Amino acid sequence: MMTNAFPNTAINPAAAPAARRRARSRRSWAQKIGFAALAACMGANILFLAGILFFIAAKGLGTINWEFLTQVPRDSMTAGGVAPAIVGTLYLTLGAILFALPLGVACAVYLTEYSPKGWIVNLLRVSINNLAGVPSVVFGLFGLTVFVKYFGFGVSMISGALTLGILALPVIISASQEALTAVPQSIREASLALGATQWETIRKVVLPAALPGILTGVILSVGRVAGETAPILFTAAAFYVKGYPDSPFSEVMALPYHIYALMTEGTHPEEQTRIAYASSLLLLGLVLSVSMLAIWLRQRQRKTYHA
Amino acid sequence: MNRRKERLIKWLFTVTAFASLAFLVGIVLVLFKEALPVFKVVSPKAFLLGTSWYPTAEPPEFGILPLIAASLWVTSGALLICVPLGVGSALYLHELAGAKQRALLKPVIEILASVPSIVYGFFGMVVVAPFLQRALDLPIGLTAFTTSLILGVMATPTVASIAEDALSYVPRSFREASFAVGADRWQTLTKVIIPAAGSGISTAVILGMSRAIGETMTVLMVAGGSAIIPESIFDPVRPMTAAIAAEMGEAPVGSDHYHALFAIALILFLITFVFNVAAEYISRRYRLKLGLAR
Repeated sequence: MMTNAFPNTAINPAAAPAARRRARSRRSWAQKIGFAALAACMGANILFLAGILFFIAAKGLGTINWEFLTQVPRDSMTAGGVAPAIVGTLYLTLGAILFALPLGVACAVYLTEYSPKGWIVNLLRVSINNLAGVPSVVFGLFGLTVFVKYFGFGVSMISGALTLGILALPVIISASQEALTAVPQSIREASLALGATQWETIRKVVLPAALPGILTGVILSVGRVAGETAPILFTAAAFYVKGYPDSPFSEVMALPYHIYALMTEGTHPEEQTRIAYASSLLLLGLVLSVSMLAIWLRQRQRKTYHA
Repeated sequence: MNRRKERLIKWLFTVTAFASLAFLVGIVLVLFKEALPVFKVVSPKAFLLGTSWYPTAEPPEFGILPLIAASLWVTSGALLICVPLGVGSALYLHELAGAKQRALLKPVIEILASVPSIVYGFFGMVVVAPFLQRALDLPIGLTAFTTSLILGVMATPTVASIAEDALSYVPRSFREASFAVGADRWQTLTKVIIPAAGSGISTAVILGMSRAIGETMTVLMVAGGSAIIPESIFDPVRPMTAAIAAEMGEAPVGSDHYHALFAIALILFLITFVFNVAAEYISRRYRLKLGLAR
């Protein structure tokens, strides 16, 4: 008599066809239910995104018009627009990027081009990862202690921009590192073989090749910085500032903080909620389109590298 | 001449590269310096384990157990949502979605991740909280439950994208070997891929937790704000981040209250620091185990 080499009936060629079918159908049921559950998880993400966009657009869209985008707030925040908050957010973001970009790119260049000793790389990598994981409110406290008080900048645009810059630093470093690593080694070798020094190679060969990737990282961090509220809570933001910010040392209105303040301060909750809906929609539109741009650019670049 | 210039430039890059380390060290120093004075007023044990947080009463009481409990409470609730959803989405993306679907779905997750926390907070305040209050017939809508729900949704894309990364490190040969011995896709997934990616997936869970516990604006707007030790999931609570953000504006600079808030931030920082280092350590070992350098 033949011994059964396949105790598992499902793949046992000698098993009775009926038993084999039963085992297979049990398996395929488990598979069907399991796969359906995974699809449901993925579907939940789409539902969340659609839900947030729908509810905020449904109530916010009606308020957004030219006046809302270009006017200052009037009648104790119940009418007019949010133009100073938009301008404030643009300034804060720009300041943060101007501060973080040179530092971040230099750090990435050092890590990829000068390839320092193992323990230095590890130390820097751990500190970059940890900086990325620091809660945003803790950045706010750091900014308050160092920029607002120690440097004496006060609650001001520059304090907020520097605080946000530190928050953006890890994002810019990792994007730049990815871009620099993607530059083929042979290009560097070719440049060095022609007699260029290492700095000339970095400046004229490597950085230009990595530039698109670095820019994508910058755009990504713009999306992140523009929506942050906690770091500017005690370093830069004010609910109401007359007119537009005119100096780096003045307090600013900012779109994300404005939403918070509209919901927690003031005396006309209903009118303020209406404006908060429109401001949220505006911020969401701004941040999401910036991120979509970055995602699209990155996908295109990855294709180029692979081609 | 040229060589000296090169050396100077390298030195410049080295100095700049240490900026991120300097900022991290700076944050630690600032937190310690501003936090320690509070321990002249209250012992570390009474601070951590005290159950009354009345920083503006006379005399003030600085017991942050209610705040820590609230943070852990809402974070655990969030994990119940973001771990299954995040890992499930990652598995779907990695195992089931074709190239076309993936090109469409990955951006959905990234875009969801880039929704600012203030928008989640606002959404929770005006849509989710009133809805839950009506649907569950609660006295208030701003509760630990609402907060967990929203934090869970916020952390889902974080967990999903890190878990997806972890899955992508599992070598093809594992899958092929499993198919070769006759396993179907579901068996391969549950008995080969998930165990192989297990520690990588746990990194995703840790970082999701780190994200949820450090989240500020959402919690500030949605958690309800009472500094009591939660007894039910429908209690309003005041997690650590919310206490810092809500009270820093009112605490006079240099007062005991001010230093107490920095001490809360220090504890929060230490918690997330431990999470991040643990995640880093696990993911490094995970990649070594799978035979991938660094």
